[in-house]
Amino acid sequence: MSPPDPRLQLLNITKRYPSVVANSDVSLTVMPGEIHAILGENGAGKSTLMKIIYGAVKADEGEVMWNGRQVAVANPAQARKLGIGMVFQHFSLFETLTVVENIALVLDEPFDLAALAKRVTEVSERYGLPLDPFRLVHSLSVGERQRVEIVRCLLQDPKLLILDEPTSVLTPQAVLKLFETLRQLSAEGVSILYISHKLHEIQALCDSATIMRGGKVTGNAIPKDETPASLARLMIGRELPVCEAPLYTGDSRPVLEIAGLSQVSDDPFGTTLHDISLTVQAGEIVGIAGISGNGQAELLAALSGESTTARETVRLDGEAIGHLDAGRRRDRGLVFVPEERLGRGAVPALPLSRNALLTAHRQGMKRWGLVDYAKARAFAEQCIARFDVRCGGAGSAARSLSGGNLQKFIVGREIMLAPKLMIVAQPTWGVDVGAAAFLRQTLLDLSRTGVAILVVSEELEELFEISDRIAVLAAGRLSEAKPKADTDAESIGLQMSGLSNEKTPESGHAHP
Amino acid sequence: MIDHLIPILAGAIAAATPLIFAGLGELVSERTGVINLGVEGMMLTGAIAGFAAAATTGYGAAIGLPAGALAGAAIAMVFAFFALSLAANQAACGLALTIFGIGLSAFIGQHYVSYSLPGLQPVAIPLLADIPVLGPILFKHDMVVYLSFIAFALVAWTLAKTRLGLLLKAVGESPEAAHAIGYPVLGIRYGAVAFGGAMAGIAGAYLSTVYTPLWVQNMSAGRGWIAVALVVFATWKPARLMLGAYLFGGVTILQFHAQGLGIELPVQLLAALPYVATVVVLVLISRDRKLLQLNLPASLGKPFLP
Repeated sequence: MSPPDPRLQLLNITKRYPSVVANSDVSLTVMPGEIHAILGENGAGKSTLMKIIYGAVKADEGEVMWNGRQVAVANPAQARKLGIGMVFQHFSLFETLTVVENIALVLDEPFDLAALAKRVTEVSERYGLPLDPFRLVHSLSVGERQRVEIVRCLLQDPKLLILDEPTSVLTPQAVLKLFETLRQLSAEGVSILYISHKLHEIQALCDSATIMRGGKVTGNAIPKDETPASLARLMIGRELPVCEAPLYTGDSRPVLEIAGLSQVSDDPFGTTLHDISLTVQAGEIVGIAGISGNGQAELLAALSGESTTARETVRLDGEAIGHLDAGRRRDRGLVFVPEERLGRGAVPALPLSRNALLTAHRQGMKRWGLVDYAKARAFAEQCIARFDVRCGGAGSAARSLSGGNLQKFIVGREIMLAPKLMIVAQPTWGVDVGAAAFLRQTLLDLSRTGVAILVVSEELEELFEISDRIAVLAAGRLSEAKPKADTDAESIGLQMSGLSNEKTPESGHAHP
Repeated sequence: MIDHLIPILAGAIAAATPLIFAGLGELVSERTGVINLGVEGMMLTGAIAGFAAAATTGYGAAIGLPAGALAGAAIAMVFAFFALSLAANQAACGLALTIFGIGLSAFIGQHYVSYSLPGLQPVAIPLLADIPVLGPILFKHDMVVYLSFIAFALVAWTLAKTRLGLLLKAVGESPEAAHAIGYPVLGIRYGAVAFGGAMAGIAGAYLSTVYTPLWVQNMSAGRGWIAVALVVFATWKPARLMLGAYLFGGVTILQFHAQGLGIELPVQLLAALPYVATVVVLVLISRDRKLLQLNLPASLGKPFLP
């Protein structure tokens, strides 16, 4: 008996964009029922490759073979007809529609919501993905939204399922659950393309892996036969960098004190904060774990001063600052690095020297009430040199920098303000491994000089690497911050899901 | 008392009819995320096209309304090309369209200033028209008024119950997601803008061939703007839009009666009353900010290029 035709075969795919070659001569083969990993860093070209398979992007060169026959996938609708389903990294769901309405929009069949709702329930139970078809999507947790996407694909009876960084928003428990579902699908003959940069997940789940770097395939491997170090070498070309956390020996005093902070969100899609209390000491890093949408944005706004609260609820170095706006909090030594680098951390179209001014104008960049551009430029150049920001100089526009380099610049800019307290949201989101390690080490070094740091992140591994204590924010409530040694990923994950995945209608934001 | 109210209310229904057409069209367009501020211009274009067609052929509103719809849709495509295909600022394009429509209609209309048309006779609907009070208010109108009832029912049903309605709402909320799952976002938006133009054209043609069957420069008199405002204050819901339109129609007729009764108020003030009353009431209805935000098409006014 001859071996079956490969489910999907890519031959010498090349895709060029004006400034970059996203895919160069990429080939890979996926067999029926195989779980195949695409491993690579941000910017390695994984997402472009998947979009080519799904018909959302056209390749410049190369061939796509489907079940042994050459095909030209012109658009996503045609890909779905062939039996290719895709679960997107940034979900393609409509928040104001219900689950079943969202699914109906993708299916090519007569419009009958009641009948479809029944099938949704059937499929979701069969694969252990419980869903209420009539809930509005905006009231679902991120994990539930992902279920909607997966069920939506499954209803189309796919032969190949593509998942783009599916676990970046899931709790450790939800990841295990997802893996069970994927194994069940693979046992039924569905091929799975699993895109990730998380080595241990790929080792736990995938039968084979294609590793990409800089748009090229750098290797093929059987993940179970490799070590994380050998996979990392293929992925980033060297060993995984490790951060060092020296002991803090300076004085300990509370720098940030939050006491009984409650706040009703006026955004209908927002989360209400319930009685949040937390202290961050000088010289320590406190991490706040949790999935975005559980009050992260609201808490950060209340701390940075973008929204003000009762005077006594927030204290900086003993002074009540709850009622002060962001500028006056910054005057007192609080700095904030927001999650959105472009648009909030920096102005995309402005050069770095002017972006330095945004927060660093407090460093004597005014003369007679006018801006001293020479000083701003000198500040930016110093920041670029000290924090290894790779760019065309202080004159290059913020948007021309890669995510990692822009983040280095923004974090560096704030550090040069000699803060007492630094609040950072998602410090390494969308940043390559090298820059992420640099940023983490920078935060560690900063804290050991006596600065208090509060990090809000979705990446548990990151929090365990740099934090001294970790708390969990779920459904607007903050758990007690526990020393890192007294907790582990599993118990943190339970706290994340215990509150957030079983969102009750009372705590859901659709019912104010 | 009732006897005095019946003609006022019946008049309100007729006066509201152009607002209903224009408002429903704009509502559909805004549901897909496109705000077209050119309603006034499209109405005037429809008004003169409808009037010219009716006057030239002699078939009256029967040819006037389709001609108005066609002209409204055609001029809306100019807006669509700039605002959708070239992703220009929608507010600026809409304003330009209004100014263009006012000028174009005045230019064409100078040949038609002295014409007048026969208008349309009211048709009493058998049985329904005999219902006391409601009958004469609702069911003794010209055919176009009934057409506006049908248009409302069709739009409301389509938006609430059909796949097309779902798709319109989906595109308005997240064109990126709609594109990602393979829908032609620009095509859908073009269609919605064309529908909005056609409906505004019908509204204009109703004014010029039925309501006051003659051409007067700038005869829509700000109704296009009221239609745009109605859509927002109605929080993009057809039923609320109807309510607002009838309110506007009611106060319009009321102030005519007030003028007739010789109430000691400047005419200009009375004439401004419908606009003020409509805005005030709708602001009160829509003061719930959460409701407004929940219903607001999230991509409204934002250009999208695939």
